[in-house]
Amino acid sequence: MRLNESIVISAPPKLVWDYLAEPSNYLHFMSGITRWEVAGEQRTGLGARYRMLIRVGSAEIGGLIEIVEWHEQRDMAWSSVLGVDQRGRWRLRELDDGRTRVEFRYAYGVAGSGIPGWIAELVSAPQLGGHLRRSLRQLKSQVEHERLRAEAARRRGDRAAAAG
Amino acid sequence: MADEARLAEHARHNGGSEDGSLRARLPTLNGISRAGGGVVSAGRGAAGGIAEEVRRRLQRRLTANLDDRDPDYIRENLALTWLLTTVWFRGEVRNLGNVPEHGPVLLVANHSGGNMTPDTLLFTLAFYTYFGVERPFYQLAHNLVLASPVGQILRRYGTVTASPENAQRALDAGAALLVYPGGDWEVHRPVWERNKLDFAGRKGFVRLALDAGVPIVPVVSIGGQETALFLSHGGRLARALRVDRTLRLKVIPISLALPWGLNVGDLLGHIPLPAKLTVEVLAPIDPREQFGEQPDVDEVYDHVTTLMQETLETLAAERRFPVVG
Repeated sequence: MRLNESIVISAPPKLVWDYLAEPSNYLHFMSGITRWEVAGEQRTGLGARYRMLIRVGSAEIGGLIEIVEWHEQRDMAWSSVLGVDQRGRWRLRELDDGRTRVEFRYAYGVAGSGIPGWIAELVSAPQLGGHLRRSLRQLKSQVEHERLRAEAARRRGDRAAAAG
Repeated sequence: MADEARLAEHARHNGGSEDGSLRARLPTLNGISRAGGGVVSAGRGAAGGIAEEVRRRLQRRLTANLDDRDPDYIRENLALTWLLTTVWFRGEVRNLGNVPEHGPVLLVANHSGGNMTPDTLLFTLAFYTYFGVERPFYQLAHNLVLASPVGQILRRYGTVTASPENAQRALDAGAALLVYPGGDWEVHRPVWERNKLDFAGRKGFVRLALDAGVPIVPVVSIGGQETALFLSHGGRLARALRVDRTLRLKVIPISLALPWGLNVGDLLGHIPLPAKLTVEVLAPIDPREQFGEQPDVDEVYDHVTTLMQETLETLAAERRFPVVG
């Protein structure tokens, strides 16, 4: 099953990317996520691994994932190492007005589970789709809040510099 | 394994090979014939061989070993289990993070739902999706469960015959082990006792945890006993029919269940009502850390069962209606 949701965030790609690249943020903005921990020495970047779980129906589903694509401020993709088969991607594109279009793609399933697997994917899709949409809305709210805070801090700094 | 050694000894005693197979016994039979044992002797030998083969196969059906667990099979069937527990039972498992991440652990649970045991289905799914099918996880079950048609499936899920030896072997292998001390007694308790923990005074799990030096993690479930109208354990009937001695069955349960109506024995199972199931995992208990180097088994038992009963009552208070949840 493939799911695809997108949103426009009033912030430059760098700000969105910095937020997405920090693993500790995932528990704050990803809906349904019950676990997102760094697994291993590498915290971020290509090859970093995370243990993640997301509540879907009666179970927390997920496993060990690894970052398999890492193009700064553009694309970040992961693939499952253990657990259910999954592949996710953050796709960031700058719009003409300086804002960022963020696309969240997520594909999942269990190879070899046959017809029950196909039905399970259909049944779980609405709930997972809801998680994706809420995650994007929360990402937008968090990043835009970050941007406002950063701008306010910069203005304070400018004022302090002018006064001093 | 002790059973295998006993079988091998039995096979040797009967003149067969260690695996006791008919094919392996053929040279012996031929030898007897050639030595002039006559048709009768050969016939007796063949009959003995067939009987031995039947016995061996029956023994195999009644036992299971740790190697029968099949992670690929479990993984491929997670979707089906998820569908059943999500759509039919609206299952919810809380605080699985209380189970230690690594190493052996004894999961002690209450048991509900007759022979269909939906609580096991839900907990097994939750455990495997949370920790991954790679983590060794075994469940103890009555040998008649393993002999039933679903026994083959359960073996692949990691279900082994309930015995102290199997339990010890699983924990020694560093696995998580799920036990239901109340077993067949608790799983068939009447519906009006659905919110009552009933281990029938079975304290073997405490000794097991102490011997193996592993923590006990209590697992409390609710809703399973609302999947049929359970009326009686049928303990007296079991004693009258002597199945308590011949088949280790302490109960012949009586219930009203789909599609049978009056269901005596529940041997063929039943269609469970879609009762909402909730499972809560409690914090681990280290008996030695909490009760000293030489803990009193009764004291640990009382502590664990009291905690579980209190949790069961809390979960019961959350439910507004039977079945609906």
